[in-house]
Amino acid sequence: MRSLVLPEFTISRSEECDRCRACEHQCPFGAHTYDVSKDKMISDSYRCAGCQRCAVFCPKGAIEIRPAPSFYRPNASWSRERIEDIKRQAESGGVLLTGCGSDKPFRIYWDHMLLNASQVTNPSIDPLREPMELRTFLGSKPDRLSLRSDTDTATDPFLMVETPVLFSAMSYGAISYNAFQALAIAASRSGTFFNTGEGGMPSEMKSQFKKHAIVQVASGRFGIDAEYLNCAAAVEIKIGQGAKPGIGGHLPGEKVSQHVAATRMIPEGTDAISPAPHHDIYSIEDLEMLISAIKEVTNYEKPVIVKVAAVHNISAIASGIVRAGADILAIDGVRGGTGAAPKVIRDNVGIPIELAISSVDRRLRDEGIRERCSIIAGGGIRCSADVVKAIALGADAVYIGTAALIAMGCTLCQRCHTGRCSWGICTQDPGLMRRLNVDDASRRLVNLLSAWSHEIKEMLGGMGINAIESLRGNRDQLRGIGLHEWELDVLGIKGAGE
Amino acid sequence: MDFESREVVMSVRRQKLYSKEICACSIFGAMSRAGERFTGERVIRAMASMHHRGNGLGGGFAAYGIYPEFREYYAFHLMFTGDARAQREAKRAAEEFLLRNFDVVHDEEIPHSDDVHVRDPPLLWRYFLSPSKHGEDIDLPDDEYVVRKVIHVNSAIDNAYIFSSGKNMGCFKGVGYPEEIGRYFMLDRLYRGYLWTAHGRFPTNSQAWWGGAHPFGLLDTTVVHNGEISSYGTNRWYLEMLGYKCTLHTDTEVLAYAVDLLMRRQDLPMEIVAKILAPPTWETIDRMDVRKRELLTALRRIYAPLLMNGPFAVIVAQSGRMIGLTDRIRLRPLTVATRGDMFYISSEEASVRLISPSLDSVWSPRGGEPVVCEIDGMFEGRLEHEIAGAA
Repeated sequence: MRSLVLPEFTISRSEECDRCRACEHQCPFGAHTYDVSKDKMISDSYRCAGCQRCAVFCPKGAIEIRPAPSFYRPNASWSRERIEDIKRQAESGGVLLTGCGSDKPFRIYWDHMLLNASQVTNPSIDPLREPMELRTFLGSKPDRLSLRSDTDTATDPFLMVETPVLFSAMSYGAISYNAFQALAIAASRSGTFFNTGEGGMPSEMKSQFKKHAIVQVASGRFGIDAEYLNCAAAVEIKIGQGAKPGIGGHLPGEKVSQHVAATRMIPEGTDAISPAPHHDIYSIEDLEMLISAIKEVTNYEKPVIVKVAAVHNISAIASGIVRAGADILAIDGVRGGTGAAPKVIRDNVGIPIELAISSVDRRLRDEGIRERCSIIAGGGIRCSADVVKAIALGADAVYIGTAALIAMGCTLCQRCHTGRCSWGICTQDPGLMRRLNVDDASRRLVNLLSAWSHEIKEMLGGMGINAIESLRGNRDQLRGIGLHEWELDVLGIKGAGE
Repeated sequence: MDFESREVVMSVRRQKLYSKEICACSIFGAMSRAGERFTGERVIRAMASMHHRGNGLGGGFAAYGIYPEFREYYAFHLMFTGDARAQREAKRAAEEFLLRNFDVVHDEEIPHSDDVHVRDPPLLWRYFLSPSKHGEDIDLPDDEYVVRKVIHVNSAIDNAYIFSSGKNMGCFKGVGYPEEIGRYFMLDRLYRGYLWTAHGRFPTNSQAWWGGAHPFGLLDTTVVHNGEISSYGTNRWYLEMLGYKCTLHTDTEVLAYAVDLLMRRQDLPMEIVAKILAPPTWETIDRMDVRKRELLTALRRIYAPLLMNGPFAVIVAQSGRMIGLTDRIRLRPLTVATRGDMFYISSEEASVRLISPSLDSVWSPRGGEPVVCEIDGMFEGRLEHEIAGAA
């Protein structure tokens, strides 16, 4: 069937083009071709994903990719996106799939909160001259230290991070081996953790990266055995994901290469389908049993993380999870990323992470169980200021996924689900995958964490605080701007000037 | 239209998210290690010499050993604020509560001098009492019982505020320069204590509230504090989660509650408490030997929300003990001096020299290092007590 959807982008090529065909080679979607008879590059804008790979790699800088100026008759109710979605569904008859986090203009609360700084009454601290500490501990903490017993300090397992930023779950299979390795290397160099997602851990990486790995147990239970659970610093039970709460996962057979298959413990070329729920968790007491089982297998040496999507009654859910014995609660907001999700779910289900952090933190404090678990917040953390604000709202640390991918080259073209990532990140195609150099990508990730850490130190120093832990839940350091009363109340902050 | 009465209207829920009050101050402490009791006269003089560190919006004293005749009883100092009618109503409500929960053996207005002019003094009353427990409180230890009742009065009874609740000690405080407050309460004539601490206040907002002056305390632990606690929001939620209610519009309150939590409820020694409130940096901890490193790491891991971040110098006093402590990077001044049996802690050396020109030793403690002064023989006494308890 001929597609009636207008192209999203236009490709323009300047006189500089010397027909070297680099663009043709770079584009995995076939937007550039070379016409030998006319000695001319031909553009097919219908195929362009807007990933900018060709523009960056054109040796002459001759290519420019712009949003297409073409339009349907403007209509406030029927936006271009609505019209085109209908056309696509009329052509395919299926659920629209997409990749990356939601691009919808939900209010970004980070941009409506301002930070405090010291003036006169207390000195700001210069992080280049004074100690400034970002180290923090994730896990269940006892109410008190007992000096009488030596065992007390050793019991509760915990994660220690040198900066309060961890890489969130991105599985091998969804992302390429090179991208997966780059995350592992960067985490180990930066004193933080990467997360295997539900794709298992390639066996050759187990010994090298076990100290910096969080292994995931998701509903598909791919690649899980006792060895897998024990080659990690922590185990994460994934209940949900911000981009697709309530929805399972589907790794198409084309992405299940021999190595992916071995790691996931499934036959090569078969679809890897994660059910929507865990079929052994139909209630909170079932979660408790799974947590106990994992602790038993790992000899109570590793904290257990439970990851959920931020949904409407997240605070009650969080309370249940803590009472079920989770050491760390990971919450993923509505803007969280994905390798593939139904567009309608991604753009319509869940709540913003900012509101979720605040209400969960408040609920756990009200119940007196806040220190029985740590909170890792993810889904929409874009910069170091977002990290600082998340911690001031009550998170212990944050997960970043999209930001890490961008550091490696991702341009958020939202074609992850096609498996044709031109940047070699979200693909299993050997040719595309090779584009991502592991050393280069891991260096970019280390640099990103280093840059953010420096910026966080600057912000802390400005507030006159020299340990990140003194910021946790310190809502005094935040003021809202341009927010409604109810939003200020949910966030538990005052308005600017109040 | 009445333009005068227009003001920013904030929702009740947000009003409760008050900002902490910011202030800078002078602090002073004097203690006789031999347990000799002396009047507040010299303490007032020392404070007067640091007049310019305050701005007349708060001064106060804590004195230990002043009520020997009632040493077995908790001494409650209450203030009743508002207009005369509000004061009467607050006193009635508070007394009804006290009589229901305590045996009151003596009560009287706290004596004060009308010669000293102070602004809007509240009605000040003291009660000597012992717990009269009933119902589900019957198994509570006395101290815990008293703490709960104090928190109740301070958070639930309007215009009534218990600002001193220990045995054989008392706090005296109000709006004014410390030397004025000292003379108002006639501390130089009426009381003799072996340990005095004092505070002169420089709040940067002008809320002149008698309850907002230092010292702050619970039971016999009192705190005078110079500084701003930037971690206030974090410290506060942690303490509130554990049952404390921060009602006094000041960050110093969280210090007092943290000391109560750690020393009384959790029975940790001061050396450990200091490492919780003002821990060494990770750089230092990581270089320590294994045992010490593990202990300090555990302390920071477990008690991170009690780290007092921001500049402070503080004097904590308890029966028989005085402790000086500054923040971990020592952003506020603290000088320690000794002369014979006398032990001094002060914001400035000059104020100590004023009342004791020759000193045996003077030093500035390092950031985060507590200076602890205890009455001679106190350790032995405590040891005997513990042995007796164990037997």
